[in-house]
Parts: sequence; C-alpha cells; structure tokens
Amino acid sequence: MDSSTLFGISTFAYFIAMAVYVSYIAFRNNAVAVTATSITVFGFLCQTGALLLRWVDSFNIWVASAPSTTFIESVLRGAPLRNMYESMIFFVWCLVLIYLIMEFKYKNRSLGAFAMPVAALALAFIDVSGMSTDIEPLIPALQSNWLLFHVFLSFIGYAAFAVSFAAAVAYIAMASESRSEKAYIFWSIAVGVFLIVLIAMGIDYLNMSTSAQGDFIRSYFLKATFRSSSGVIAVFSWIISAVFILALWRYGHGLRKILEGLSITKIMLEEIEYKSIAIGFPLFTIGGLLMGAIWANSAWGTYWSWDPKETWSLITWFIYAGYLHARFVGGWRGKKVSVLALIGFIGVVFTYLGVNLFLSGLHSYGGR
Amino acid sequence: MENKEQVNIFDGIWGFFASVKLAIVLLFLLAVTSIIGTVVPQESPKAIQFLGKIFGDNTAPAVYNAFLKLDFMDMYHSWWFVLLLVLFCVNLTVCSLEKIPRTWKLVKTPVKPMAKNVLETLPVKKEVTLKVSLDTARDEFLNAFRTSKYDVKEAVQEDGVQLYSEKGAYSRLGVYVVHLSILLIFVGAIIGARFGFDGSLNLPEGSSSDVVYSRTGEQVPLDFSIACNWYKTDYYKGADAPQEFSSELVILENGKEVLKKVIEVNNPLTYKGITFYQSSYGIVPDAVGIFVLKVSNDRGLEETLRLKQGESFEIPGQKIKGTIMDFSPALGRDPQSGALTTYSDSLINPAVSIRFDMEGSDGFTGWILKRYPETGIIKDAGLKVEFLDYWGVEYTGLQVSKDPGVIIIYIASIVMVLGLYAAFFLSHKKIWIRIAPVGKGSVKVNIGGSASKNRLALERQVEHMLSRATAAIEGRLKKN
Ligand code: HEM
Repeated sequence: MDSSTLFGISTFAYFIAMAVYVSYIAFRNNAVAVTATSITVFGFLCQTGALLLRWVDSFNIWVASAPSTTFIESVLRGAPLRNMYESMIFFVWCLVLIYLIMEFKYKNRSLGAFAMPVAALALAFIDVSGMSTDIEPLIPALQSNWLLFHVFLSFIGYAAFAVSFAAAVAYIAMASESRSEKAYIFWSIAVGVFLIVLIAMGIDYLNMSTSAQGDFIRSYFLKATFRSSSGVIAVFSWIISAVFILALWRYGHGLRKILEGLSITKIMLEEIEYKSIAIGFPLFTIGGLLMGAIWANSAWGTYWSWDPKETWSLITWFIYAGYLHARFVGGWRGKKVSVLALIGFIGVVFTYLGVNLFLSGLHSYGGR
Repeated sequence: MENKEQVNIFDGIWGFFASVKLAIVLLFLLAVTSIIGTVVPQESPKAIQFLGKIFGDNTAPAVYNAFLKLDFMDMYHSWWFVLLLVLFCVNLTVCSLEKIPRTWKLVKTPVKPMAKNVLETLPVKKEVTLKVSLDTARDEFLNAFRTSKYDVKEAVQEDGVQLYSEKGAYSRLGVYVVHLSILLIFVGAIIGARFGFDGSLNLPEGSSSDVVYSRTGEQVPLDFSIACNWYKTDYYKGADAPQEFSSELVILENGKEVLKKVIEVNNPLTYKGITFYQSSYGIVPDAVGIFVLKVSNDRGLEETLRLKQGESFEIPGQKIKGTIMDFSPALGRDPQSGALTTYSDSLINPAVSIRFDMEGSDGFTGWILKRYPETGIIKDAGLKVEFLDYWGVEYTGLQVSKDPGVIIIYIASIVMVLGLYAAFFLSHKKIWIRIAPVGKGSVKVNIGGSASKNRLALERQVEHMLSRATAAIEGRLKKN
C-alpha cells in the first residue's frame, strides 16, 4: 500500500469518526463512544503509517539522487516536513495525537465532536488546495538539521494553539450570557469568517478543479466567490456571508446547551485553553523563533531579516505573550482572555498559511 | 517642596513603566504595527507598484508620500517602531525589577510548620486515620517523602509531629530569566547594528580580494585577502535541480595561505569574526575558461589536462589527438526536433565538444557532458575522457557579514530556553504532613500542599506518597 492511499483512508476515518462523535452527543450511548475512539485511533495509525511510508520514500529518493550523503543525514533530509503538503499532514497528525491524549486524560469523549471536524476538514483542505504532493528535491538552503527541528517544533506548537483555539471557541459560547456581549460578538465574527473562508475555498475547488488542477491555490483563492469576475456573484457572496455571521450570532448560543449536555464544563475548557498555550508557547518560542533564527543565521548570514514569515511568527508570539501576561499578571479571566486565544490563533493561521499563500519573502518556497 | 515634586514625577514615570497594562498595550501595538511591514513592500519600487494597485494611479503618489514620511517602507527601522521597542524594554526591565524582591523573598523564605487550621485551607489536602503508633507512622511518611526526593524537615509539636518540605523554589525565578533573555537579545541586536556590517562580494574563480562591498556599494577593506579556488553547483542525479552550491575559499595573510575551506549553503567560513556565506553565483562576462579534462585508458594512463578552446592534446602511445571545438553551458535535446541545443546561459549541463583524430581511421566529434561521465567513454580505443570542470568562468557570490552580537543572541537563546523551561514546566511545591495521635494506637494524618503551578501534578504526588506510606504501614502490621 502506498502513502497516499493510507492518507486517503485516514481522512475518510476522521470524517466517519466526526460523524460518530456527533451521534454520540445525540444518543449518549457508550458503545457509540467507543466506536468513535476506535475509528479515530485507526485513522491515526493509518496516518502514522502513511507518514512513515512517505519518509521511507523520500529517503530512498534522496539516497538515489544524492548518493554521497551519510545515512543519518539522508534520514533527516527525508523527514516528511519538506513542503507545505507534508507539513499540513504533520500538523493534523499532531492535532489528533493531542486530542487522543486529552480524551484519555479528561475521560470525556464529547470533545471529539469538536476536534475531529478540525482534523477532517484540514485534511480535506489539503486535498482541496491542490498543493503539490510530489516528493521534490530539497533546495540547498533547506538542507539543514536546524530547519528540521525548527519545523517540527513549530508544528507541535501550532497544533497546541489549535487546541486552545477550539477550547476558546467552546468556552466563549458557553460563558456568554447575552448576545450583546463584546466577546460574543467577536466570537461570532471570528468563527464566522473562519468557516466562510473554509467553505469558500471548498467552492473554489469544486469550481476550478477541472481547469486548474495542480495549480496552486494562490491563483484561484476566492475567485469563485468574493473575487468572482461576475459582480453579482461577488455581491451575493458578501450578502450570504453577512447572513451567515448573523445567523451564527443569533443561534451560536445553542452550542452552550449542547456543551452543557455533554458534561463539558467551563472550568475544563478554560484549563484546556490555558494548558495548550502553556505547552505551545515555549515550544513555539524555541522551535519557531529561536531555531528559525539560528538556521537563518547559518544559511543567510543574518538571524533576523523581518521577512513576512518571521514577522508573523513574532506577531503571534506577541499575542500569546499578551495572553499569558493578561491572565497571570493582569488578572484577566474567562471570556476576556479567551478572546486573546482566538486572536492568537488568527495569528497562527496567518503565520502558517497566509504568509505562504499571499506574501512573498525568503520563506515563500513553503508555498510552492 | 520642589524636591518632593521631582520625586513624585520620578515615581510617576516608574509607576507608568511598572504597569503590566502598559506591557499588554505595547505587545498589542507591536503586533499590530508589525503587520504593516509585511503588507507594504519594504522597497520603494515595489511599494509604488503596490500602492498604485490599491489606491489607483491618482491617489497613490500622495499615499506614497505619507508612507514615506511615516517610514512605512522601512518601518522596522523607523523612529517610531524603535521607540516602541525601547518603551517595551524599559517596561520589561522596570516591571521585573519591581517584582523581583517579592519573588526573591518567596524563594528564600524556608517552609515552616503550619498550623492545622491553615493546613486545611490549602489547595491540595488529604486526611486519613491509621491504626499505628505515632513513631511508625512518622517513619513511613518520612520514607515516602524521601523516596519522592524531598528534603524533609521535622518539627515536634505539642500534639504530634509535622513533616514538611519544599521543592523547586527557584523555578519562581524562571519568568525573570525569560525577561532577561529578551533584554539580552536587544543588547545583541544593538551591538550587531553598532559594530557589525553586512556586505557582499562576487569572487571569480582564481581571483582574490581584500575588500568587500556594503549594501550601498561602498568598499569595506578587510585586513586579509580572500580567494576563490573554484565554485561549483552539484545537481541531483539525472535532474536539473541543484543539490548544493559550494566554493573553495582560501584566506591569505600577507600572501600566505592561512585557511582553506569548502563552503556550502548552511556551512559558511568564519575568519577574524567575519563570516562568508555561499549566497549566489554567476558567469563572469567575457571570461576565457579553461577546460579541465581527465584522460585515462586501459594501459594505465591517468592524466589531468588544462586546455583552452581550440587547443589540442595527444594520448601518448595511442596516436590519438583530441581538439577542443566547442562548448555549451547547458546542452540538451530539443523535445520536438530532437536536435541538440543550448537551453540556458547558466552552467546547468556543461558539455564540451571534442574532435578526435586517430591514425588509420576517420576522426569523429562528440559531446562530453560534465554531469554524465559515461559520455566520455570511447570503447574502441579503451579510452575515457572526463570533463571535470570549465574553470574560470563562474564567480561565487558571497554574503559577508560581521556581527559581534550573534554570540550574545545565542547565549540569550540558551538563557531563554532555560527560563521557559523553569517558567512553564517546573513548579514550586510545598507539602506538609501533620501526624497527631488520636485515642489509643491510632494517628490522624493531615496532608496539605501548595504549588505555584500544575496543582494536579502535586495532587497526584501527594496521593502517591500517601498510598506508599499506608501500604508500608499495612505491610508492617501484617508482619507483626
Ligand atoms: C514578549 C515579551 C515577554 C515574554 C516572552 C515574557 C515572558 C513571560 C513569561 C513566560 C511569564 C510567566 C507567565 C506564566 O506564569 O505563565 C512572564 C511573567 C511576567 N511578565 Fe513577562 N514576558 C514578556 C514581556 C513582559 C513585559 C514587557 C513585562 C512588563 C510589564 C512583563 C512582566 C511580567 C510580569 C510582572 C510577570 C509575572 C511575574 C511574577 O509572577 O512574578 N513581561 N513573562
């Protein structure tokens, strides 16, 4: 079996797991819950296998094309963290791993109904975006062990931030008493925009996949909706989005009842939100910022050059530093600080995807 | 009177900078303003293009001028951004100085026995009654404490004994270590900006230089010379994707070679604090190259030749003469016609055309490709001609930088890692165990604990100690 088949199976498994977790929420049946976990674990094992297979593949390709490298170096160079496609898959892998650990630790399976959609949608997005799945030769600047650790730790950090985002989304939905609260309004807009962009990208894909197969997402991003050449469609997209956000704002409260029914407590959500940031922040600092700087210094002769990726990492870092200080020193609690967790994750998405897709710079190879 | 006012102003400024609210505001401002520079191109021509696209050609010039005034095109070095960073540093310093004495006291004050009523208000607490003597209970809890690697103290009180200990007090200083590392990074950056420089140098193969060029094109003298022996691009087998760029550099002092190193991307050469990075390469215009060929035959001949175009060589004992006819930097086959063509000006797939004349037969001309040595095998004559290099036509593009601040940045990185570890993964834990006799042959054990972080972990540890001690006590009872 090859790695792409296994990736396909794991994507499929995550989607099914998502559905089963949701039905667990509806029926509260223990057998259903165990099924959901089993499917998730199965998908996770498939994904692990796929990652390993891909590692072996790129190792072999590397050895064949650059026979003079030592064995250890070839293993490192082959690590499946070499382009955007592989890094996203690794991101999802981290996410599912963290989720499984949380499920085990908090003995609460309902969280899966929130975590698995993220994993499944992210994998679907990878498919949708049409980014290259080829194993490409590494350009010389990327042949550094620092780079490998840099990417590896950054992604674990990103995954931890994603978990805190999910917890913050659930937390604000649960803790908001009325629709006129600022935190709740911000929540509606942030979650709304998030979903709208995802959906719009899905539409891009459906619309373009036949003509622009293999062409990277940069060229057709939102062209089927907001940036459509037909003015009517563009205006219509904006109206639909506004309605969508209003609906989310109007009915988002419903989430609260669901969550309450799942024996998910606010305290638990807040703890997950904080703990993931407490893990993500140091890892991201060390892996993302420090190792990135060391690698840049060895490759380009400057540890900091304000390139968009670096700058966005720094922005993200500032936001999470703000979160920690607001919470531990400023005494902010609850919704106020959860809003910062939402903003922080917007920073993460921009650092990771936005920069690769829309801004150019030294790091832009990531988007090829 | 006046003096007092001055003190108040000083207090006011101090108070302003000691506020964590200011820190949050500054972090927010830094985050938001940093976005500008990632969106507005940081070079004028690109910025003009960008603004033209957004604002239209009519308003763009006005916006451009406004941006110019605000330094948006070089915003990370603008006065206002630097001012934000300076405010941030002052804030960080003052804030830390303000808090350190209190934290230091927490670290330095040893744990003391705790009154029972206070013990019962601690975040982690347990209570059990055991049917053993006070001494046995005391011994076993001491044991359990020690196996968890605590440094236990004991106090005898009027109604029993109390065992107590603490661990990880210094982890409370972790946050200040993190803050210190941030200040160190600023120090490193300032030293780099003040005493370092950035430059570049294009060095053709076989040449040397004792100056480099700054960003603005000025010459910066070196107090040694640097020479390039050769530059080469390695390609992945069978593909035109570069695998490695490398150059052999030599450092010369007074004409004498003192250091030689092959540099690659990610593997620079440093001499006297100046580092040379492999950053680009190119072709020297009008350069006359030298073909480096290696000829070998099945009679044990092995010779390296250096020739110019048009020159000939002879294979001793074989009456074969080779003449260099032509050169192509990138020889390929046209996909349509199948004819040989040169598809690039760069030396992607260099090939040399050699005419071979031999006695007793017609000569022939063939292309020998550098990346495909098998093209140089002439089976009939048992001869192999390898095209090793077309030397002297390429230059190596070096990025040259001197940054005495880098070492401080590295130290700061290590300090930050240690600080983050202490701040997030260690915790200051305190545990008290009170053992008091109740009735005959029974004791009541009250355990209390507090942790600066991760209360759950402490709770688990306390439970672990308790079960270890009770198990040991039960074991003893059974034996008796
Ligand atoms: C981006 C820069 C900064 C980083 C990375 C940073 C890092 C940290 C970390 C990791 C903590 C521990 C938080 C926790 O307990 O989870 C902390 C605490 C703290 N930070 Fe910062 N910090 C930064 C800037 C600042 C600034 C500018 C100030 C000045 C107001 C400040 C004041 C404090 C204070 C007062 C504490 C609490 C110390 C205590 O509990 O005794 N920090 N910082």
